[in-house]
Amino acid sequence: MANFLFYAFAFFTVATAAGVVASKNAVNAAMCLLLSLVGVAGLFVALNAYLLAFLLLLVYAGAIVALFLFIVMLLDMKETESRGFGKLSLAAIILAAGLLVTGLSTLVTRGHLDTGNPALTPALGTDIKFYAYQLFTTYLLPVQVMGFLLLIAMLGVIVLSKRWEGSDDVT
Amino acid sequence: MTSATLDHYVLISALLFAIGLFGVLLRRNTLVVFMCLELMLVASTLALVAFSRFNGTMDGNVFVFFILTVAAAEVAVGLAIIVALFRKRQTIQLNELNSLKN
Repeated sequence: MANFLFYAFAFFTVATAAGVVASKNAVNAAMCLLLSLVGVAGLFVALNAYLLAFLLLLVYAGAIVALFLFIVMLLDMKETESRGFGKLSLAAIILAAGLLVTGLSTLVTRGHLDTGNPALTPALGTDIKFYAYQLFTTYLLPVQVMGFLLLIAMLGVIVLSKRWEGSDDVT
Repeated sequence: MTSATLDHYVLISALLFAIGLFGVLLRRNTLVVFMCLELMLVASTLALVAFSRFNGTMDGNVFVFFILTVAAAEVAVGLAIIVALFRKRQTIQLNELNSLKN
């Protein structure tokens, strides 16, 4: 049963992620991103990281995708995405596809990552206490740096979106 | 059907990352490019959680916390930049934003 769920969520995640790239409309792309995030959250649950699955849904699906949708509605752009690529981007795409195929085939054929039996390995991600212990001991300084990062981001957004006097905005 | 191992999770993560990379390379709409960047970040978090689970450590899981925080800050600032850009130029298509070119 767990394996069936893994394959179902993996397929769902990859298919909807392809939908983000393929859909012409930005709203559809945002919706596909939302579904893909739900799939990743399901994979997190399969990995026993329940808190992270919940946080992923809360932060990404709840806040970030909603922000994306809000901006898409706000900008109200014309559907004029031109297709066709220049020589340079075509070369980059072919190179990236080649590297991707090489990497994935190497991973499938030769990559047997050395891990023990997952049933014997302790699933530390299940318990909130472990997160709290790590965050308040080993990672105490990074947590404070993150706090400052959020503050700076907030100030930066305010400065960026304020209409300054004498700016030559096209309105 | 074999049991899902670390290889499976890393493969899914690599696939997600590759799809995001293709989106960044292929699409012209800045918003969609940004969404594909988010997809790449999520792919990396999936790999971190999988490694953490199969090795019995906590560090990968905690690192995902920080990635989520940075992603939230990044999206806020990035979308503010896109809105400011749209106000100035009335377009967010990447191939039309070429005023630095000549």
